[in-house]
Amino acid sequence: MNAIKRYAGIIWIILGPIAIHYLLQTASSEIAKKPGIDTQIQWGVFITVFYPIAIGFILFGLYALEGNYDHVPEASAELTDYDSKPL
Amino acid sequence: MSNNNETKGIWKVIGASSLGTLIEWYDFYIFGSLAVVIANQFFPKTNPTAALLSTLATFAAGFIVRPFGALVFGRLGDLVGRKYTFLLTLVLMGGSTFAIGCIPSYESIGFLAPILVLIFRLIQGLALGGEYGGAATYVAEHAPIHRRGYFTSWIQTTATLGLFISLAVILMTRHFLDADPTKSIAKFNDWGWRIPFWISILLVGVSIYIRLKMAESPMYSKLKAEGKTSVNPLKESFGHKANLKMVLLALFGATMGQGVVWYTGQFYAQSFIENVCKVEFDQSRTILIWGILFATPFFVIFATLSDKIGRKWIMLSGMFFAIISYNYLFTSLFNIADAKQKTEIVAKTTIDTTYKTIEALSSDSPDSLRKVVTKTFYTDGMTMVHTKTDTAYNTIGKHTLKPVIAISKTLSSSDYWKMVGIVFILILYVTLVYGPIAAFLVELFPTKIRYTSMSLPYHIGNGVFGGLTPFIATLLTTIYVDNKIVGLMYPIVIATVCLVIGAIYINNRIDPEVDR
Repeated sequence: MNAIKRYAGIIWIILGPIAIHYLLQTASSEIAKKPGIDTQIQWGVFITVFYPIAIGFILFGLYALEGNYDHVPEASAELTDYDSKPL
Repeated sequence: MSNNNETKGIWKVIGASSLGTLIEWYDFYIFGSLAVVIANQFFPKTNPTAALLSTLATFAAGFIVRPFGALVFGRLGDLVGRKYTFLLTLVLMGGSTFAIGCIPSYESIGFLAPILVLIFRLIQGLALGGEYGGAATYVAEHAPIHRRGYFTSWIQTTATLGLFISLAVILMTRHFLDADPTKSIAKFNDWGWRIPFWISILLVGVSIYIRLKMAESPMYSKLKAEGKTSVNPLKESFGHKANLKMVLLALFGATMGQGVVWYTGQFYAQSFIENVCKVEFDQSRTILIWGILFATPFFVIFATLSDKIGRKWIMLSGMFFAIISYNYLFTSLFNIADAKQKTEIVAKTTIDTTYKTIEALSSDSPDSLRKVVTKTFYTDGMTMVHTKTDTAYNTIGKHTLKPVIAISKTLSSSDYWKMVGIVFILILYVTLVYGPIAAFLVELFPTKIRYTSMSLPYHIGNGVFGGLTPFIATLLTTIYVDNKIVGLMYPIVIATVCLVIGAIYINNRIDPEVDR
């Protein structure tokens, strides 16, 4: 199962940039099709919101690939105090 | 500890928390439910589509600021406590809702009107971002360990019940302003729409009074007494890999899919019935009201079940059923109201044409506004009103290029209940994904940073992915005009990715202890 978790990480890392590319491509074609402030605001909002989420998705994939999800806490006792372990 | 002692006082906690959260959802949804009316009041009327889009954009803005509210109030809740933080969110929400109901129209104060609407809408979004995490955490930290799913499920019912109450208040206000239904609707569109906003201040007042009497969460009080509360909840939540990885897992493996299923089953379903199936205003709303009423108990049932068998597979089964059946269910909704599949009673068809002279500036023979209302009856009991409005020119050969067409269908009783049945199934999926999720999120994070850590993934999942569902789905239908159900592509793709991630990475555990 851990191998699946790790290899699937590669898929998430690839999906992130694909999602960003699709978003930018759709935004530019829609703005070209219907130029106007409404369209620009609408797609500007989408890009602003989904861009950092896509980055988070890539990070999720990276964590998975590194094996950070090999073991997910199974009880509250495992939930860590994070003061001593910064990124 | 006996069961009675464990649950002693919990119902007061649930009552106080749920009432406030329900009111916040009510406040938030009346704006969305009145999008078209608000567009007419606050945005330039030159282009109705632009006006509606502006409102929807404002609506989306309300959702987009929710994650920021989660950060601001989540941090506050972990620093100073749950009780005062979610009191503050309630005051902000109630105040801004009431204020929206008091803003003069665009015709009276010009562009200041939409600007004020936008500002108060953003405050609503911020407040909602802080409310849910606080209420869920507060209840979970009072609840017996093995029944956290059951007790937090009452908080989970509030979002749907808030929508239910907002629809009910709007329908009642729309019909009780005048004995003549047409006049009543006209009054509602003119000024009556403000009443649902004003009602909020009364509800919020009662809720604040109740919440003021509540004590702080026992787990948080214990941490505070021991001096173990977080000094920097944002850094501890998102600056440490061990916790950040759980935040990302919560978002991509649970809340993202939950959000799209929630909004597709309720908001998009209603929008689809009204705008694609063309079912008239009242029926499209009462169908949702019945669906909600029948399905709401299942929030509690599935959350209680999750205490026994774990949260994971219940939530993921909701996503799975949604993915495999959305196309079929929405196609069925379309077919039920599709006039092409029905037999017309030609003899009963009525056509009523009226002309209204358009005031001419420089002509002795002015043009007229022509309205042709065709009422068609079908053998199964459905009636369809087709209204075509155009300009009847006096100049020979000149005609309106794009007449305004409006279609409104009134379903027969059996078709109406068929739609209720389908909407019930859609909301049943919502109860599967949403019922256990508060307990699931609470169990992922330690007490000292729980408010911050669980609020952000919840509001990105529910607010951003979910909240934008009706908007993106509608947008897709404008890009691919021939496909009536193309809007479902968005929730299906998002739910599928979430289902796969959830299935691979999430543990199906039932945590026996949350004491940190």
